[in-house]
Amino acid sequence: MPVAMPQCDEAVLARRPAIVAALKRIVPGEGVIASEHAMRPYESDGLTAYRQLPMVVVLPETTEQVAAVLGFCHREGIKVVPRGAGTSLSGGALPLGDGVLLGMAKFNRIRDIDFDNRAAVVEPGVTNLAVTQAVEHAGFYYAPDPSSQLACTIGGNVAENSGGVHCLKYGMTTNNVLGCELVLMTGEIVRLGGKHLDAGGYDLLGIVTGSEGLLGVVTEVTVRILRKPECARAVLVGFTSSEDAGECVTEIISAGMIPAGMEMMDRPAIHFCEAFVHAGYPLDVEALLIVELDGPRAEVDHLIERVCEIATRCRSTTLKKSNSDAERELFWAGRKAAFGAVGRVSPDYYCMDGTIPRAKLPLVLARIRELSAKYGLRVANVFHAGDGNLHPLILYDANIPGELERTEEFGAEILKLCVEVGGVLTGEHGVGVEKRDLMPVMFSEADLNQQQRLKCAFDDKSLLNPGKVFPTLHRCAELGRVHVHAGRTAFPDIPRF
Amino acid sequence: MNDILKPRDVKDLEQAVQWALAEGKTLEVVGHGTKRAIGRAAQWDVTLDLSGLSGVTLYEPEELVLSAKAGTPLAEIEALVAASKQQLAFEPMDYAVVLGTAAGAGTIGGALAANLSGPRRIKAGAARDHFLGVSAVSGRGETFKSGGRVVKNVTGYDLCKLLAGSWGTLAAMTDVTIKTLPHAETEETVLVLNLDDGTASKVMAAAMGSFGDVSAAAHLPAAVAVRIVETAAAQAAVTAFRLEGVAPSIVQRKSVLEKLLAPFGKLGALGEAPSRALWRAVRDVAPFAAAGAAGSRDLWRISTAPSHGTEVGRILVEEADAELLYDWAGGLVWAALPASNDARAPLVRATVAAADGHATLIRAPAAVRATVEVFAPEAPPLAALTMRVRQGFDPQRVLNAGRMWAGV
Repeated sequence: MPVAMPQCDEAVLARRPAIVAALKRIVPGEGVIASEHAMRPYESDGLTAYRQLPMVVVLPETTEQVAAVLGFCHREGIKVVPRGAGTSLSGGALPLGDGVLLGMAKFNRIRDIDFDNRAAVVEPGVTNLAVTQAVEHAGFYYAPDPSSQLACTIGGNVAENSGGVHCLKYGMTTNNVLGCELVLMTGEIVRLGGKHLDAGGYDLLGIVTGSEGLLGVVTEVTVRILRKPECARAVLVGFTSSEDAGECVTEIISAGMIPAGMEMMDRPAIHFCEAFVHAGYPLDVEALLIVELDGPRAEVDHLIERVCEIATRCRSTTLKKSNSDAERELFWAGRKAAFGAVGRVSPDYYCMDGTIPRAKLPLVLARIRELSAKYGLRVANVFHAGDGNLHPLILYDANIPGELERTEEFGAEILKLCVEVGGVLTGEHGVGVEKRDLMPVMFSEADLNQQQRLKCAFDDKSLLNPGKVFPTLHRCAELGRVHVHAGRTAFPDIPRF
Repeated sequence: MNDILKPRDVKDLEQAVQWALAEGKTLEVVGHGTKRAIGRAAQWDVTLDLSGLSGVTLYEPEELVLSAKAGTPLAEIEALVAASKQQLAFEPMDYAVVLGTAAGAGTIGGALAANLSGPRRIKAGAARDHFLGVSAVSGRGETFKSGGRVVKNVTGYDLCKLLAGSWGTLAAMTDVTIKTLPHAETEETVLVLNLDDGTASKVMAAAMGSFGDVSAAAHLPAAVAVRIVETAAAQAAVTAFRLEGVAPSIVQRKSVLEKLLAPFGKLGALGEAPSRALWRAVRDVAPFAAAGAAGSRDLWRISTAPSHGTEVGRILVEEADAELLYDWAGGLVWAALPASNDARAPLVRATVAAADGHATLIRAPAAVRATVEVFAPEAPPLAALTMRVRQGFDPQRVLNAGRMWAGV
């Protein structure tokens, strides 16, 4: 494992039998798993290159149990790693050998559906798709749709601020969550937000969303549900260059349209997907764009014509409009199967997740091609073109010695490139373990220290999910010190009135 | 009158905060100072005027992004993006109308620090939802940044969310990046007349759950409607629904809404210009303007679950003779109460607490704001957490000390 995790605390490990016994008193029955065999499924999340057995797995069923487990661990100085469905692609739920893995899967009930307030109150172990399924009979849905939505849970979505293909129009998790119940590392329970909008004080809900399980454990989430649009239609457009495709995206936005989704694929991605799904993608293009519009039928029909005019003006070589939901779903079928399609042609693949200013796409794709040649590794690119989120898929074979390391180096170079052109390290998969040591590429020490001071406000002993997000762990007391420059404290030389 | 420090650049600002730290002084952080009358009536040693940090540094309409120094006038930014047929979709309200200060002033930093929004909040979100990146000087006198210039970003904690609505108590912002969005091509408003508040609440919920794709829903009781709606039926209560978008879309959605609303009462409609005027008045809470009939009343801003708004309103009318304006489909209640020594805070807080939400005292004389909590008091574990967050950014409480809560 190239990324070093915090050193195991031997003193904690020595107390393991007593700790397991204490946890069993808090969560009776099958809720505490201590045998190596039974803990094996928890050793990894979606970032499978990293594996580590936890000290013990705890599966609480109530908020009170979560509070008691955290309170106990806080008193005893034991680390805790929260886990939803374990679909993180950045190692956010990677266990610690001397830590409790707190699995939230048993929190799987939908507590309240409130159409009058367009809100649903769910437990964190409810899957993303299950929220939509619970409200679709009345014509509603939950907007964020990460590609793992069948498996990933709302608690994990809150921790990672998950996105999906519709973010440009409907926002990410943070724009679609109204409230939560949060258990702090001390065992204290706080409620943030509710069914109302705006926070009454500091917007702590906005901080907890995307905090990667480092600030608290969410035990209930209130999400915003929306009326499902009357209809959706998509256009499939092929171009002989990524520049033309990029120009088309820019023109669509400049014309005042915010499509529900805009997805781009490069030539390798198109070929892998078409061979797998037979979606009817053209094979003689360099870039393929799927533009989806949703809303009232009159609006969609009106705007889809505008999109087609723009695509033609931008030298498209293929242009197909969906005329039925089946056809629209076929356009998407290839794109949605992209990861599987790549998995078919390569023993392993590594999915990257940077975001770039859209206009930099041709430059970034060209540089990725150069890097691909340099490392001797194939790469296919899928791109949420509307919001600039780029997912290069690097093809490799973990059985070839050194290839995983080369892949990770290649990936790191791509992410540095994203930052260099004005983008960021991660658009939706999170920092986790995977990108932790790249944080200094984007942030100064002062930036990271200020973020860690916020962490200290929630978790004074750094016991919750340590080793994730921050490359260097500082003690809270050390971070708290104020450096007053005494001695040169004359009234500063600043214009005064 | 306090001394005023007016930094020319970030270095000046860092120095000012470091000076205050060393000398044990407190700073009042202001942009144009348009919202100074909001918050507890606390005392600060020196005013830190950030209006000198001004200017748009990046605007790329096709990338939907704008960066500016925090002291840039909001009006300058709104005019700039309007020239590219774009807008700040969170529709920042202008508190000048209810506070009686100069209209059209205010900075982008102030708009973000107060997490401003408007009627479109229910569809497009508040300032927090459009705030992509920030650079700021903490109460420790150190510059830090968070976020970026792209909409999809989960790299590190989202400190933009925390600074939005922190009223300058955590850090003094120096540079901000926000999302811009296309301006709707046209708009219309559908009205239903003469609904009582409770029925209006149900009708607004039905409209929000329809294919109408409503971008604003407000209910104005008759006494309030007469001040801003210029129609023949102005003696009646008005429930209003805004439709924005391309013309063919509005035609279809209007017919959807009219079919839905017809059973409830007489319908009306406002074309583009009167529709814009109405929603600007709702946005700025014009019926309770400082210069108007309700100008001497204390003004509460209550955020609650939409379906509970009218119940909160009913109690405040019966117990405190409130005048009301409902925005956000009932989830935002503006309540103007006859002036009193305590702004009826115990009644307002108890009523709102029972309804899931919170209340902020937006307008009251300084003497009242010195004795009554302006922001909603928080329960003990949350209040302690708030205090620790504050501590992490501003351990000596240099910036806007005591503005949100006593001792914070």
